[in-house]
This record gives sequence, structure tokens and C-alpha cells, in this order.
Amino acid sequence: MTKDITLDHVSVSFGDYTAVDDAHLTIAGGEFFSFLGPSGCGKTTLLRCISGFQEPSWGEVRIGGKNMAGVGPNKRPTALIFQNLALFPLMSVADNIAFPLEVRGIDRKARRKRADELLELIALPGQGDKKVGELSGGQKQRVAIARALAVEPDILLLDEPLSALDLKLRQHMRRELRAIQQQVGLTFIYITHDQGEALTMSDRVAVMSRGKVEQVADPRTVYDQPASSFVASFVGENNALPGKVLESGDGRMVIDIGLAAPVTVAAGKGRGRKLKVGEACHVFVRPESVAINGDGDINRFNATVIREEFEGQVRHLIVKSGETELRVTQVGYGNGASGTGASVAMSFAPELAVPLPIGHLASA
Amino acid sequence: MREIGRFFSGFANRNGLPVAIYLLVAVSTWIFVLVILPQLTMFDFSFRHNLPPPKIGGPEDVHTLEQYRYFVMGNEITGGGVNTLDIAVLFKTLVAAVFVTIIDLAICYPVAYLLAQSSEGSAKRLLVLALIVPFWVNEILRAFAFRILFGATGVINGAGMQLGLWDAPIDFIGGNVALYAGLAYAYILLMIFPLYNAIESLDRNQIEAARDMGASWAQVHRRVVIPYAKPGIASGSTMVFMLTAGALAAPQILGGPSSLWFTQIIYQWFNSGGNWPRGSAYAVILLAICIMFVLLIMRVFKVSIGEIGR
Repeated sequence: MTKDITLDHVSVSFGDYTAVDDAHLTIAGGEFFSFLGPSGCGKTTLLRCISGFQEPSWGEVRIGGKNMAGVGPNKRPTALIFQNLALFPLMSVADNIAFPLEVRGIDRKARRKRADELLELIALPGQGDKKVGELSGGQKQRVAIARALAVEPDILLLDEPLSALDLKLRQHMRRELRAIQQQVGLTFIYITHDQGEALTMSDRVAVMSRGKVEQVADPRTVYDQPASSFVASFVGENNALPGKVLESGDGRMVIDIGLAAPVTVAAGKGRGRKLKVGEACHVFVRPESVAINGDGDINRFNATVIREEFEGQVRHLIVKSGETELRVTQVGYGNGASGTGASVAMSFAPELAVPLPIGHLASA
Repeated sequence: MREIGRFFSGFANRNGLPVAIYLLVAVSTWIFVLVILPQLTMFDFSFRHNLPPPKIGGPEDVHTLEQYRYFVMGNEITGGGVNTLDIAVLFKTLVAAVFVTIIDLAICYPVAYLLAQSSEGSAKRLLVLALIVPFWVNEILRAFAFRILFGATGVINGAGMQLGLWDAPIDFIGGNVALYAGLAYAYILLMIFPLYNAIESLDRNQIEAARDMGASWAQVHRRVVIPYAKPGIASGSTMVFMLTAGALAAPQILGGPSSLWFTQIIYQWFNSGGNWPRGSAYAVILLAICIMFVLLIMRVFKVSIGEIGR
């Protein structure tokens, strides 16, 4: 019943500018799928290709196996929720929700009934006669979702719908969106530059940069096993340590990253890429993967704390060893070491470091 | 009044007293000397007898409803009864003005929509320029150009007959086609710009959202664009209607032999008739009827006067 969406080598160019470069992936029916990337990475253009507001320059978009070329947005089984929601300010809440039914010529009474049902679903019962302007940000959000669900589309497309909300509400709406998705069982395609949103809600995430899809995987894999240096640096915080491969052997590599001694990293077990001796690379070590005053023997080095950032439940230390700066995150007060200028022993496990070939990084 | 005072003191604080005084003097001069005073004089004039200059200010110079009575009841010498001639002309003028307003709305809405929602950057500026520049040609010249265009030996008849579309010249002037075309063209900018302003501020996502939800283009316009643009439509229509009903040059030059515009009657009373009080009364009648008509239409379409100012 649910329909797969296939992007078959989809590219979009505007003049000389390539907005989407050969996106090739399949989204399963019923999936919560996110496109994650910084602004300008092509994710919105891709969404417009799926919704029908943009025709691909090359390749095709198939929904349920059917090529969508030449099929207008009003004829596709998709419903789009705009970044600014695009509710109609001059209509009541119920009229907004029932608008898709109205344009299909469904009579007033049936429209109202369906609108009331949907208001029930989004936990705003009896609010149909209000003006849109009387609703709060979160309520508007839910009305936009209800309006999109009114004609029972197969696929709901969401273009950063939470970006206008404040932090608490955003977190609340994440859970709510996920709950609605599971309740109605539709395919949700979600566009965001907020990795927190993408990771918490999605079944799978496609990370995009400069028009290219860099990795498609479930959130854990994206976080733990980034496929490219862009993904490693964009998703979550990461120390990108430039280095050079000294040894590349069976399941492990030795890499010089400017610390007192070369480090050993695991290779070929899903994390990172197996690299050739002499190749320049980046070793990615997450701030939380570095242990302070731990008992590990491997990859142990001394560093000096040059700055400390307190963030409540976590504490970031910026430490320097030789010419290499690292960011280290500890929960609570960790192993004590603190204070600018303090000298600490650090270590990280070889399997927590991800070596990747040199590529572009996410700009901070 | 208090609000105006507050605005003035705030303005003086921000911009200095001299600037504030200049603003106050300029605005009040404009409103009182140029707008209210002449209208009041005309209004007073319309309630007086048409007296020769020596008698003005004399004992016979009293207020009267005679001029208004004449509009309704006609001349007692010619037999009294209802003045059907002038009333019919007023009615015809209003109908024609409504007609011209509708033509302008029909032409301008698509243009304003395309200009506001579809074109961008330099193309938009060029289009706006192309709309404005023709209006550098003055009104009289434009009217005569239309006369040449629509005349029996004019460009349109010439081309039509050359192409064999019709074989005898069509009387565009007598049929008032030239007049309607001329009037519609004369005030087209006053319709385009309010519409353009209203539609331009409409969030494009609203249109796309409606499209995405399955609305046809007609439905998008009927349910989303037009309700949003209503104040602009009202403001443009009001201006076009008022100015068309009060136009003189175009009816004078382009009107057919049988057509008489109400303004032409007013003009005759002032000019060849030499009866200023009657001319004033007729002008007041035109103004009052037009205002009442506009208010009525606004009520029908549920537009408040405040919205027009937006």
C-alpha cells in the first residue's frame, strides 16, 4: 500500500550551478527519512523534485514505481509542509485543514467532519473556528500537518518545519512528529540542517553537501561510521586531525597526527577507510571518545588544557599537545583534571578513531 | 486629535522642531487650502442663485436649493417634470465608469500577478518601466492618438479592411469603443500598482501550498490570491472608478456624437452656460453619488475603508 520513492540519478542544474548532483537512492514506504545538510546543499531542491515543483535536469523521480516526469505537484501523492507552514491567514483553522478537500469539490459538511477528525488527531479539538493568527507556533505546526494529512497522501514532505520554533518546543515537536508518523504510518521525508532533528526522528538519514548525497544510513551508522570527512565533521562534534599514514596493516593503521607519537587506529571494520601508506588523511576522534587520565596504554599522550567551556551537564576542554588542538568533552566533572594550564594524560581507543581520506570538511 | 498631537511631538523629538513645523504647515496648507477650502466654496456656491456680478453680496444673494431642484425637476419654463435627460446622463456615466473599471481590473489583475509573482530582478524593473513610460505622453495627445487609431480611416480600420476582416469601416467612435479604450488606458496604472503591491506581499509559499494540495489555478486565485489582494483591488477600482466618472478630456475627444458624459454637462454649465452655481451643484451631485456608490460596493464586498489605506 505504501509507495517507495526512487531517485534515479537525479541531477538539477540552474545554469552553471549544479544544485543536486546525481542523487541516487530509494526511500522505503512508511519510512521516516531525513535529508540532512547545511543550507545550500541541495536538500530543498531535491524535496521540490519529489513534490513536483522542480523537474530534474537529468534522471527521474519514481513514486510507487511510476515516473513522475510531467506530473504536477497537485497530481502527486505527496503533501508538502512548507518551512513557514504557508497556512492561509484569511481562513479559519478548519477551512485551512479542509482546503485540500474543498478544491476536490467535497461538500461542506463532509469537509467539516474530516477537519474535526484531524483536529482530534493533532490534539486541538474544537479549535476549528479560530483564526490562524490566534494559534501558537506549535499549534500552527500541527494545523499544517493536519492540512497535509487531509487528503491522505502517501508521502508527507516536510521542509524544515521546526526551524522557527524555540528549543523546548522544537524538542517537543520532534517527539510529536515521530508519534504522528507512527500513528498514520505514512512515509515522512524530512528536510533539515539540524542534526539533532534528523538523528532523533529518522529511520534513515541522507547527509548532503554541495549537491551530493554523501551517505545514506541509519542515524547510528551516520554518527559512528561516517562515510566521508564531510559527514564526520558535519554530524556531531568531531576532532578532525590531519595526518599521514605510516603503516597500513592487517586491521590497523599507524598514522602520524602531530602528537608526540603516531597513533594506532582500527581499519576495515566498518569505521573509516583502509588507506595506503604515505596517504594524507584525516583522523576523526569524537570529543567524548577521548578519555582523560584513563588507563588505556594505546594512543596515550600528554596535553595542556588551554580553555574550558562549561555547558551544564557537559564540560568541554580544549587541550593542546604539540601543535595539535583537541576538543574533549566530559560528562559532569569527569576525572577531575581541570583548570587552564593543567597538564593531563589523554588516550583514545583505536576503534573509536575514524580515518578517512582528505575531503572537504563542514565549515564551522 | 490627541493622536495627531502625540505624533507631532514624537516627530519633533526625532527630527527637530523646524522640520516638524515645516511638516505641520505643509500638510495643513495642503489639506485646508488646497483640498477643503475649494470644496467648501464650491459647496456654498451650489446653494446660491446665478446672479450677475453687481448683485453678488446684495440682498438677493441668499441660499437656495434651486440648483439641486433643477437637476431633479428640470426647468419650469420647459414644462417641469422630472429632469430625465440629466439624470439619465449621470446614470449612463456611472454605468460606463463601472464598465471601464471592470475592464481595467480584468486587464490589470493578470499583469499585476505576473509582475508580482513570476518576474524577478531586472526583468521586473523593465516591465514596470514599460508600463510607466507611455504615460509621459500627455492625456490630450493620447486621446487624439486614440481617435486617429480608431477613426474611420484609422489604423485599425485600415488594417482590418486590408486583411479582409471587414469591408466597410467600423464606427468605433460612434460605438464608444474608442472612448472605453481611451478611458481604460488612461487610468490603467492606478489599477496596476495597488494590485501589484497587494499581490507582491503575498507569500509565494501560499500559492505553492495551494497548488500542492490539488488546487487548480482558478481555485488558487479564487481562494488565496484574490482574498489576499482584496484591499488592493478595492483601492485600484475606487481610483479608476472615481477618475473615470470625473474624466473630461477623453469623453470630449473620444466620445461619439450621441454620448454625453456628466462631466461635460458640468463643464457646459460652468463654461458656455455661465451658471457657476448650477455647475457647482452638478459637481457636488456627481461627487456625492460616486462616494455613496463606492461605499455601497465596498459594503457588498465586505471591504473596510481602513483596508484601502494599507
